[in-house]
Amino acid sequence: MLYGVFAIFIGVFSQWPTYQVLTPNQAIIKLSFSHHGKPISDCEKSTDSQLAKLPPNMRAPIRCPRERSPVNIELSVDGTITYQHAALPAGLSRDGASAVYHRMVVNAGPHRILARLNDDIRKPDLYQSRDEVITLDPGQILVIDFDSTKGGVTFQ
Amino acid sequence: MCQVTQVIKVPLQLNSNNLGKLIFQWLDHIFNLVFGAKLNPLCHLGALGFLLFWIIVISGIYLYTMLDTSVAGAYQSINDLSLKQRYLGGLLRSLHHYAADSFIVVMVIHLIREWVFGHYQGFRRFSWLTGVPLILFSFACGIGGFWISWDQLGQFSAQATAEWLDAIPLFASPLTRNFLSINTVSDRLFSLFVFIHLGLPLLLLFGLWFHIQRISFANIFPPRTLSASILATLFALALLSPAQSHPPADLAFIPTTLTIDWILLFSHPLMYVTSPVFLWGLLVSILAILLLLPFLPRRNVPPIAKVDPSNCNGCRRCFNDCPYAAITMLSHPHHRIAKQMAMVDPDLCASCGICVGACPSSTPFRSVAELVTGIDLPHSPITHLRAQLQKSLAHTEKAPRIVVFGCDHGVRVDTLRDPDICAFSLTCIGMLPPSFIEYALRDGASAVLISGCQSTACEFRLGQRWTENRILGTREPAFRNSAFHVNKIQVSWANVGEEETLRAAIEELKKNIGFFEKFIPPSEIT
Repeated sequence: MLYGVFAIFIGVFSQWPTYQVLTPNQAIIKLSFSHHGKPISDCEKSTDSQLAKLPPNMRAPIRCPRERSPVNIELSVDGTITYQHAALPAGLSRDGASAVYHRMVVNAGPHRILARLNDDIRKPDLYQSRDEVITLDPGQILVIDFDSTKGGVTFQ
Repeated sequence: MCQVTQVIKVPLQLNSNNLGKLIFQWLDHIFNLVFGAKLNPLCHLGALGFLLFWIIVISGIYLYTMLDTSVAGAYQSINDLSLKQRYLGGLLRSLHHYAADSFIVVMVIHLIREWVFGHYQGFRRFSWLTGVPLILFSFACGIGGFWISWDQLGQFSAQATAEWLDAIPLFASPLTRNFLSINTVSDRLFSLFVFIHLGLPLLLLFGLWFHIQRISFANIFPPRTLSASILATLFALALLSPAQSHPPADLAFIPTTLTIDWILLFSHPLMYVTSPVFLWGLLVSILAILLLLPFLPRRNVPPIAKVDPSNCNGCRRCFNDCPYAAITMLSHPHHRIAKQMAMVDPDLCASCGICVGACPSSTPFRSVAELVTGIDLPHSPITHLRAQLQKSLAHTEKAPRIVVFGCDHGVRVDTLRDPDICAFSLTCIGMLPPSFIEYALRDGASAVLISGCQSTACEFRLGQRWTENRILGTREPAFRNSAFHVNKIQVSWANVGEEETLRAAIEELKKNIGFFEKFIPPSEIT
């Protein structure tokens, strides 16, 4: 009988109770990108005296900084800013990609979604954005990504 | 009148574990009644874990041969097992699933049981510390298995796990980006899933081997009856409630409800109710507690066994009998005595005294004033036991005189307050050399009762087993003349709280003595 109790315990809790992931009228927006920001400053031309100080194999005529700009992201849903974040570049030298992942639950139905992204610290007012009205079905996942080859901010 | 003699008194440590210990002792009692002491699952948790692991591996081998490891084909190949091979692939799939759930349950009970019994300090520290990482491996193996079927539950679990891992900045690109759309889930990612689900169990197997390294005669297979019963239970469950796939994964949608395996996947809902950082904090806290437990200060640490080179002849019986491989043999400093001598490792010695019971020099028949044996417990030397036995028998007037040898962790012999009983409680019953039983009978005892923890429940693992074997003559040291002791020796294994079992054994022993002496004159009893 105790074997039966064990079997019942395993059988029951391997599938019950049902887990409610979302309510029937909810959808999900996922904001995610992995994008290299612009360099934090312009490249500079090395002078002759600066080049002379360097070993012969390191005398590059133009010096560019490794460090990248942080990527600022702002997400508004129906006119309300729901997410703001400055994603720092990865790596010890801060020369890697800036990555963001944000998951938010919204009600299903039409929403005006505005996603703005700035990746150049030298031009803080310059944003790449996308502003659309999207109708979300119950359980739908809307992915907001950034792809420079596809025009910047994408909704999929 | 005989007084109860306790060779070593270990003060009761009152701590929060005591309630847990009481609960387990009560459960042991119930389970012993239902299953019998030798088949009590609570005393075979480690072995059951190994059994379940092998069931998972063997069923998993078949599932892997049927698996299409591409993103497009994985779901169909797994679902076909349930639909087209109901009584083979489907059955094995369900068996695999339920064995994994059972493994987690058994592992958790094993952890709790070892914790409440204080089996994490001193010589048990290694076993405890090597067991903690196995918890992580086990859950990682189990959770990864759901991803491979790539249904909605697998999708949910993979995405939730990625979100959790992304909470710490380990990776340059968030793992969740692998699950944004169908284009990002590649066959290569899927091969990684399979690699994880095959590689982690191998690591788990290595970890399990490592976990039992400091245990002699490790019990890695349960008794056949118990194994068959567990297997039959899982088969029945697999037939009655076969595992089935959810609808196929669709990264553009998330189901509103899921039939979730709470035993393996409870962490995902917990994360969504709290946060990934909270879940990390919880995990780190639990691991920190588990890993720091062995380093808590210990009270009343008994000294380890000590070898006397003059009385050790290198016979290796203590080496063979030690439950924790704490004894090694090295070159004897006095070559005239013997070639080898035992050496005790202080990190591994449990101070149980089983080695003392195994030593042939521990015989009380030696005509020396102070009985010094080859290996002994400094706080509870065997010479004291002989002196107390002699003294107790000399002061007992009422017949029949029953000598009871018990142990500090089994049934409490100090509850026997009859004037015709001389009771001795040892650290472990395995500390008792059989020659002491013969000595007691020679010195005036009418009979001897041996008691201790039930089989498989011995606090020091092998004390009860070795004592029983020594009495039966299948393990050295044995009796000098076993035929002589018929009807005068009784064995009664009982746990704490089962004092009635002990009393019943004594009453039966008294009846046997009375019957025996009725037909054979006392003058002819030698």
